[in-house]
Amino acid sequence: MPEVTFLEALRQGMWEEMERDERVFILGEDVGPYGGAFKVTDGFVKRFGEARVIDTPISEAAIVGAAAGAAHMGMRPVAEMQFIDFISCAYDMLTNYVATARYRAGLATPMVVRGPCGGYVRGGPFHSQNPEAAFLHTPGLKIVYPATARDAKGLIKSSIRDEDPVLYLEHKWLYRRIKEQLPEGEEILTPIGKARLAREGKHLSIITYGATVWKSLEAAEQLEKDDGLSIEVLDLRTLVPMDDAAIMQTVQKTNKVLIVHEDTRTGGIAGEIAARINERAFEWLDGPIMRVTAHDVPLPYAPTLEDFVLPQTDDIVKAARWLAAY
Amino acid sequence: MTSRAAPALPAGPATQPAPPPPPPAALSRDQLVEIYYYLRLTRTLEERLVALYRQSKVIGGLFRSLGQEGESVASAYALDRGRHQDILSPLIRNLGSLLVMGAKPVEILRQYMAKAESPTHGRELNVHFNDLERGYLGQISHLGDMIPVMAGIALTFKLRGEARVGLVYIGDGGTSTGTFHEGLNLAAVQRLPLVVIGEYNHWAYSTPPAKQFAVRDLAEKAKGYGIPAVTVDGNDVIAVYEATKLAVDRARRGKGVHFIEVKTYRRKGHAEHDDQHYVPKEDLERWAQENDPVDRYVQRLLGADVVSEADLKDIDDRVRVEIDQATDACVDEPLPQAETALPGVYVDPPAADTLWFKAL
Repeated sequence: MPEVTFLEALRQGMWEEMERDERVFILGEDVGPYGGAFKVTDGFVKRFGEARVIDTPISEAAIVGAAAGAAHMGMRPVAEMQFIDFISCAYDMLTNYVATARYRAGLATPMVVRGPCGGYVRGGPFHSQNPEAAFLHTPGLKIVYPATARDAKGLIKSSIRDEDPVLYLEHKWLYRRIKEQLPEGEEILTPIGKARLAREGKHLSIITYGATVWKSLEAAEQLEKDDGLSIEVLDLRTLVPMDDAAIMQTVQKTNKVLIVHEDTRTGGIAGEIAARINERAFEWLDGPIMRVTAHDVPLPYAPTLEDFVLPQTDDIVKAARWLAAY
Repeated sequence: MTSRAAPALPAGPATQPAPPPPPPAALSRDQLVEIYYYLRLTRTLEERLVALYRQSKVIGGLFRSLGQEGESVASAYALDRGRHQDILSPLIRNLGSLLVMGAKPVEILRQYMAKAESPTHGRELNVHFNDLERGYLGQISHLGDMIPVMAGIALTFKLRGEARVGLVYIGDGGTSTGTFHEGLNLAAVQRLPLVVIGEYNHWAYSTPPAKQFAVRDLAEKAKGYGIPAVTVDGNDVIAVYEATKLAVDRARRGKGVHFIEVKTYRRKGHAEHDDQHYVPKEDLERWAQENDPVDRYVQRLLGADVVSEADLKDIDDRVRVEIDQATDACVDEPLPQAETALPGVYVDPPAADTLWFKAL
C-alpha cells in the first residue's frame, strides 16, 4: 500500500469524486493553473478543464453564494477558501443563506466549503484560525474536521456526496506531516457524524479533534510511560452532528474527561461537549470536566508567543495528570 | 457626477409623451392584456393584504409595491416562463414578478398569514418562498445575497450549455452591500447569462439616494464592472419590457451580464407600519397623480385602441373574484402544528431533538 500524506489523501478524494460525478466542480481563488495556495488542486484544471475548476475573484461571499445557487440546481460544488480565516467574509452567506435554505424553503444545497485551518505554523492572526465554533452554532451546516489521512480522504468524499452543506476543515499542520498507508482501489468513505476511538484507555478520556488528536496521542503515550496511566483518546472527526453516543460511551468507561481543542476557550466546542456530558452522564463523572484549549487571545506570530497561547503536548500531559489524580 | 446632491427625480409628466405611441409590435394583443391582468392582480392582491393586515390576520409586516408594479411585471414578463425555463429572484416589492412567474395569490396569502399549507409551511414570511421549476427563488432579508446565488444559478446554465437566463432584482439601497458587488463582478468575469434589475425607487427604508451613493445612476456602478447598463423609466411598462427583453435575449445568446436600472418611486412606507413622514408629500402626490405605472399603461392601451374600458373592467372584475376566492380558500386555515418546527434542518438527521423540558 502506498504511503500518502494528509494532503495527498484529500486530493485523491476530490479527484475520485470529480471522476465519478460530473456534477462536482471546484471554485475558489488560485485553484486553477496555480493549483491552490497549498497545491491541493494541483493538476485538476489539466484533467477536468476550466469549466470544472474555476478561478474566482477574491470574493468569498460570491464564491459561497454562487456555490449555493449551483447546488440548488443539482450541481455539487466544492468551494475553497484559500485560508479558512477568510470564511468570515462569507459568514453571512453561509449562516443566513446556505444553512437555512433547506429548513426555510425546502431548498437542497449540497455543497462543500473547505479550506486550510489551524496554527502551529507561525501564520499569525489571519492564517491560523479555527472557525468551527462560529458555525457550530448554526443549525443547517455540518462540520467535519479530519485528523488522519484516511479520514481526510473518506470525509471529503462523504462531504461531497452529502445532501446538505458541509464545512470541511483541513489542518495545514497535518497536510504534509501526517502520512498513512492507504489501499489503492478501495473506496474510502468515512461516515459523517461518527467519532473514531484513536486510542483505548481506562483511566481518563481525552475528547478532541484535528491537530490536537496527535498532540493528545503523544501525551497519552508519555503518560503511559511515565505515570502508568491508561488514557483513551476520542477523535470526534465530525463536530456537527456530534457523536453523542461515542462521547457518553467513553465517559461511562473512564469517568474522567479532558476536552482538548486548539481553538480559543470561551464559547469553544469544549463548552458544548461539557454541557452535553453534564446533561446525559453527570452521575458517571468522578471529577470535573476540564478543558485544554488556546488562550483567549488572537493568535500571535512570534514562536514564543504562539507556542504559549496554543495547547501543547506538555500542557495536555500536565492537565491529564492533574485530572487523573483528582 | 459625484456630487452628493440628490439626483433630479425623473419628472412624471415629461416622461409621458402625448399622444401615446402605439404598443410595440412584438407583443400581441393577448400579451398586452395579460400584462394588464398581472398589474391589476398585483395591486388588488396587495389591497386585500392590507385589509387582512388591519384585521390582524397577517402575522408579520406587510410590504407594498404600490407604484412599482409596472417594472416588476414587465421585467418578469420578458423571461421565458414555464417548467424549467428562466429563473428570477424577486425582492419584497416584486410581488408582480412572482405572479408573472406563476406563483398563486393563495400562496402569497398563506405566506403572509403563516398558514400550515403555505409554501414554506409557516417557516418563512411573505414573498420568501421559491419554486425553481416554475422559475423563482425567494430572497433572504440580507440584501445583495441573491446576486451571488443567482450568479451560481446562471453559472449552472452556462456549465450545462442550457439556453436559460437568470434575472435578479436589487434596490438602490441594496447596491451598497458587499455581496451585490462581489456577485456582480463574479458574474461579469464569468460572462454569465444574468440580468440584474436595479430598482431606483428613491427610498431604502428612510434613506434617500444621496445618503446611499455618490453616483447619479445605479447604471454607473454596473458599468464599472464592464457590464452593459441602461437606465429606463421604470413606470413605463413597455419601456421596461423592451429593455429587459433585449437584455434577456442577449444574455441567452452568451453576451454575459446585463444591468437595467429602472427609475421608479416607492409610494408607501418601507412596510405598512411606516408612516413615511420623511417623504415630501408633494412628491408622493405627484408620482401618484402623474406617474402611476398602471394608469399610464391603461392610457397607452386605450390610446392605441388595443382594448376598451369595458375590457379592462372585465379583467378588474375577474381579478376581484380570483382574489376573493383565494382569500376564502385560506383565511380560516390553521397555523402549523408546533411540533412541525423540528424536521428538515438536514436530510440526516431528519429532525432536531425535542428538548427535555418539553416532556416535563
